[in-house]
Order: sequence, then C-alpha cells, then structure tokens
Amino acid sequence: MIERRVISVIVLNEHGVLTRITGLFAARGYNIESLTVAPIPGSKYSRLTIVTSGSLRVIEQIIKQLHKLIPVYKVIEHTDLIEKEMVMAKIPLEERLADVEALCRAYNGNIVNIGQDSAIIMAADEPSRIANFVSALKRFNPKEIVRSGVVAIER
Amino acid sequence: MAKMTGAQMVVEAMREEGVEVVFGYPGGAIMNVYDEIYKHKYFQHILTRHEQAAVHAADGYARATGKVGVAFVTSGPGFTNAVTGLATAYMDSIPMVVISGQVPLSMIGTDAFQEIDAVGISRPCTKHNFLVKSAEELPEILAEAFYIARSGRPGPVHVDIPKDVTAQLADFNYPKEVKLETYKPTIKGNARQIKKAVEAIANAKKPVFYLGGGIIHSNSAELVRELVDFTQIPAVETLMARGTLRYDDPMLLGMVGMHGTYAANMAMSEADLLIALGPRFDDRVTGKLSEFAKYAKIIHVDIDPSSIGKLVHVDYPIVGDLKAVLEELVPQAKAKVDPSRYEAWREILNRYNELHPLTYEDSDEVLKPEWVIQRVGEKLKGKARISTDVGQHQMWTAQYYPFTRPREFITSGGLGTMGFGFPAAMGVKRGVPDEISINISGDGSILMNIQELMTAVEHRLPVINIILNNNYLGMVRQWQTFFYDKRYAETDLSMQPDFVRLAESFGGVGYRVKTKEEFDKALDDAISKGVVALIDVVVDRYENVLPMVPAGGSLYNMLLEYKD
Repeated sequence: MIERRVISVIVLNEHGVLTRITGLFAARGYNIESLTVAPIPGSKYSRLTIVTSGSLRVIEQIIKQLHKLIPVYKVIEHTDLIEKEMVMAKIPLEERLADVEALCRAYNGNIVNIGQDSAIIMAADEPSRIANFVSALKRFNPKEIVRSGVVAIER
Repeated sequence: MAKMTGAQMVVEAMREEGVEVVFGYPGGAIMNVYDEIYKHKYFQHILTRHEQAAVHAADGYARATGKVGVAFVTSGPGFTNAVTGLATAYMDSIPMVVISGQVPLSMIGTDAFQEIDAVGISRPCTKHNFLVKSAEELPEILAEAFYIARSGRPGPVHVDIPKDVTAQLADFNYPKEVKLETYKPTIKGNARQIKKAVEAIANAKKPVFYLGGGIIHSNSAELVRELVDFTQIPAVETLMARGTLRYDDPMLLGMVGMHGTYAANMAMSEADLLIALGPRFDDRVTGKLSEFAKYAKIIHVDIDPSSIGKLVHVDYPIVGDLKAVLEELVPQAKAKVDPSRYEAWREILNRYNELHPLTYEDSDEVLKPEWVIQRVGEKLKGKARISTDVGQHQMWTAQYYPFTRPREFITSGGLGTMGFGFPAAMGVKRGVPDEISINISGDGSILMNIQELMTAVEHRLPVINIILNNNYLGMVRQWQTFFYDKRYAETDLSMQPDFVRLAESFGGVGYRVKTKEEFDKALDDAISKGVVALIDVVVDRYENVLPMVPAGGSLYNMLLEYKD
C-alpha cells in the first residue's frame, strides 16, 4: 500500500547537503513530491520538509537512509502535524477581481499586488485545500501558478 | 603555532593518524602535496601505475590489517580513475581515505583543465565526502575523514582539495578527538532485544548462524567461534565472512548462496531461526526473496540500521557493533542454550553434506582449477593471504581454499570488481609483509590491472599471481552455457599475451604450467625466490562453478552437476 508521508530533516548548513538528500532519493528511486528548505533561525542547521510516498518498507528505508547521511542531525517522521503550503498566481486584470479576492480569503489569502495587466494573488493553507484553490482559480484564467511545497510542524 | 601550507597539513595529518603507507599517483592539482611528500619521510609512498590500482591497493591494505587505507590522486582523470576503487570499498564497507587534488577554487565550475565535479561523482559511492574550501578547515576535515572512515559501519571517505588550498597558510591544530553532533553510530545493542534473541536461540529447533562480513570488520570472529563452539549450532558463511570459522570446524556448512554448498543452502531453506551476524542479505546469498528462509524467524545484528529489514522481515533486530553485542550475547547464550537440543537438526544437515558434498571430477589429462586451489591450500593454509579477482576463480577459491582465520581472504564482494585482486594483493603484502601474498586471478581479470607488475617489482612487493587460465571470461561463459544456449558472445579470450614473457618484461618471474607436477614446482620456486611472480596455469576450459543457484532462483533449487 502506498502512503503519503511528510518528513522533516534537520541538516547542518554546509554546501552540498541538499544534493546529498536529493541524490539519496534519486539513486534509490524514491519519490519526492515536494521539498522545501530554509535555515533554522539562530542555528547552524537548516530544516527540509519532504513530502514523499511509498510502501511502508520504502518509507522505513527512506528514514533510515536519511539518518545515515553524516550531516543529518535529526529526521522527524510526522504523524500529528500541521501542514501548510503557499501558492501564488497571476490573474489577468480583466477577470472579476472581487470574486478572486473572495476566493483568496476563503483560503487564507488575498491580492498582494496589482500591476499593469495582472493581479498577483496568494493563499496559504493545507495542501489539499491548496489543490482545491488551484482548481477553483482555473475559471479566472490564471497566467501563472507557483506552489511553494509543504512546510510542516508537529502539533 | 607556526603556520603551515595546506599541503604540509595533509602530510602532517598522515603522521598524526599513524599512516604508514600511501598509495598514489601525482598530477597537476596535487603537486603541492607531493612536493611535501618529497621533503618528509613520515610514511612510505607507493607509486602505482594507475589510480584505480592505488585505491585497490589501499583497500587490500585495509582489508588485511583493519587499518584505514590511504590513497592520493590528482584531479580530473586521476580522480575518475579512482572511482571504481571507491565504489569497491564502499560496497564492502572498507575503511579508506582518498585524497584528490582539485583545480584552484577560483577555477571550479569553469570547465578548467583536468576539472571534474569530484565530490559530485564520489557522493553515491563513499560514506562521506568533503570539498575543502580553505586551509583553515583542513585539519578538522582530515581528522573527521579518518574518524568517519573507521567508525560505525566503515567505509571510504573522499577529500577533494583545490590546488590553491594546498598552498594557503593557516594554523595547524590537529583535533585529538573528533566529535560530530550529527554522526553517532550506535555501538551497544539494545539489552532487551539481545535477551529476546537469546531466548529465541534457546527455543529454536533448527537454528543456523548466518555469518556475514560485519564479523570481519568488527573483529569479532573469536566471539563467533566461541558462540558456535558452545551452542553447536551449524553455521554458513557469506563470501565476505570466509575465514570466520576454520575450514575444518565441524559446525561449518560452507559458503551460502549462488555458489554455496548444498548443505548450507538447504540449512537456510529449512531453518526455523536464522541468526544473522553482520550480513546484508545480498541477492547473491538470498536468491529469490519470497522463498528465502521461509520457515525461519530472523535475528539480525548489524551496525547499520538501514541494513536491517531492507530486504526481508526481521523478527529480532539488533542495531549495534557486532563485537559489543556479542560480548553481551555470548555469556547469556552460554547460560541458556542447550546444545543437545539441535542434535536432530545437525544430523539432517550432516546427511545433506554426505549426499552432496562440495566436489569436482579430477583429471590427469587436464588441470582442474579446483585442484589448483586445493593444492595452494595444502601448501599454504594459515601462512598466506589469498586475494582474488572476480569470476569463476573467485568462487572456486571461496569454495575450495581452506581458510583458517579472518582477513585471510581478500576479495571484492559487493561490486565484483575485475582488476581488484592484484593491486589489492600488493596492499596486503605491504600491510602484512611477513606473510605470503597470493592473488588468484583469471585470464580476463588479470589484464585489467597487469601494469601493476611494475609497481610490485619496484617496491619489492612479491605477490604471487596464479592465473587460472581457461581462455575464457569463464563466469560469463558459464552463464552462456547454462542460460544462453552456448552462444559464447565475446567471451572467448583465446587471443592472449605470453604471460610468462609479460611478467619477465616487468622484471618479475613467469611460469606456464600444464600439469600438477609443473604447478607444484612453479609454486615452490616462486615462494622460495620471494619475487613478483606470475604462474599461468592452463586449466580445463569448460569447468563450471557448481553448485549453482540460477540468478533469482530459490536457494533449494541448485544445479548440482552439468553434463554436456
């Protein structure tokens, strides 16, 4: 049975560390659905949030193999967590922006910029809701959609 | 503290680590380091004739001594030549540090002359690697490299040093102790799990010890011998564990797996408990996974948690250093286990052994490779280290050589690297100079690093190469015989150099032998002369390695004989 998992990896901030992680996934044929990285404030570590999927055995191997990498400090396999993802999109100004704004608000978002011919909107919500948001956005003919990937924290 | 250049630091670090020999090959990007080697005599440098051989030699040295092997190579092609050596060591968990030169920092990424992304290439085939960005961080990185290579599950570590870093000046404070927050191998096994494992052993009816390479790396063969001796539980050895038990130990069923003995493979297939000590359940051992040890509960002790449960379900996982685990487990087993319990099981396995012993048909007309290996064993068992290349000769050696102790058998298991044997045997000879170093090779394998005859002669590393010459890439030919209807595509090696003259041209001694008498004479002569030698042994062209479990087949379905 294939399961979706969110894994946080705390790694030393050193060059090449991201390649080690992604290389591990690539070399073993594991799947990365999304990956976000940022330094942990006030430390020499960074936190990666990886969304992956696989059978239980594959997930177990992923965790063990991640542990094995020398710069990996900690691997957290989330069970009870809060997940958020951000999305930004460019909507043509001809669309009904009041409706767009209402939609954004429903997904923790708003219009963040209005330019000469398009408005930039954003929303931050649970990944599954972001997927709904993206499909609802379609009828406003978005020119570009950018998703951030998931960040997660234990409850 | 006086400032030092990065190059000086490299040499000083070798001294700090007690390195006695470095195998290597200089070039543009590592010249500063070589210039320092020229000035100091802290360690011996052995110039191989190919970087791959340098790394294999360091590997052989490490396998024979248990110390960290060291090799130096230059950037670009120097490094890429070393990759096969790194991968070989990685697959077999061999402690090693390989230092490569790199183009100057300012030129990295410009496709400079002899530039390659060395850390990018070595990442998947090393335990860890470093690109050094300044001389300041060099002492710490070098200390970490040695520490990582030898601790936990050992493995090769690669350090890539740009040329300008080797010229930079900085303070040299070599860390006395390495502490890495992010790297802490588990040494002690979980006490409860160990207790449970002992109970499982005591309650089993048909247990088998499945002995793996981790025993050699953790130097725990003595404890294993004690455990086997006391419990009287039959044992099988993987290729990497050969020598854990003496060849004549009554509990030893022989090698397990694709070319394992009938009794060993049947023991695995019928056991109700596998006591796996440091193996990694390689596919060459398990065969078809769904049929592997179907009736058995499994105890698996390994220092690498990712090894446990990777391929088969494990009932009693124990993560820890095998020696530390056995130190706890052996006394408990002594208190709990009753050896008489397994008598019926031992009898079954003895019958299997009598039914299908490891055997071959000897001949007076043509030399049989198995005979040659047995003969070497009769003459040298316990007195020589035996390296091999990869192929039929390797399997025959694993099957027929009477191994008496760990680190006696030096072979490339995981990667199966042809060309490994001879340079490794040089490293072995350098590591244990008082013992005879024999490389058993095939006519295919030996040509992959034969240029090292020059190194061996120059540095007086008297390796005796025994070539089991069947004018074929024998193992591939065997598969073509069994599975490809004898379509011998590109495996006929009838076109050959004159090995005797080849050896002589390098300053060694060559022999070509076709009979038992000639072989005895040649081997005696090579041993007594103590020189670099090559014995080209003409053997039966069509001999096959048997028994054989076809790849992906189940262990209990062995080809026991082949009649044309």
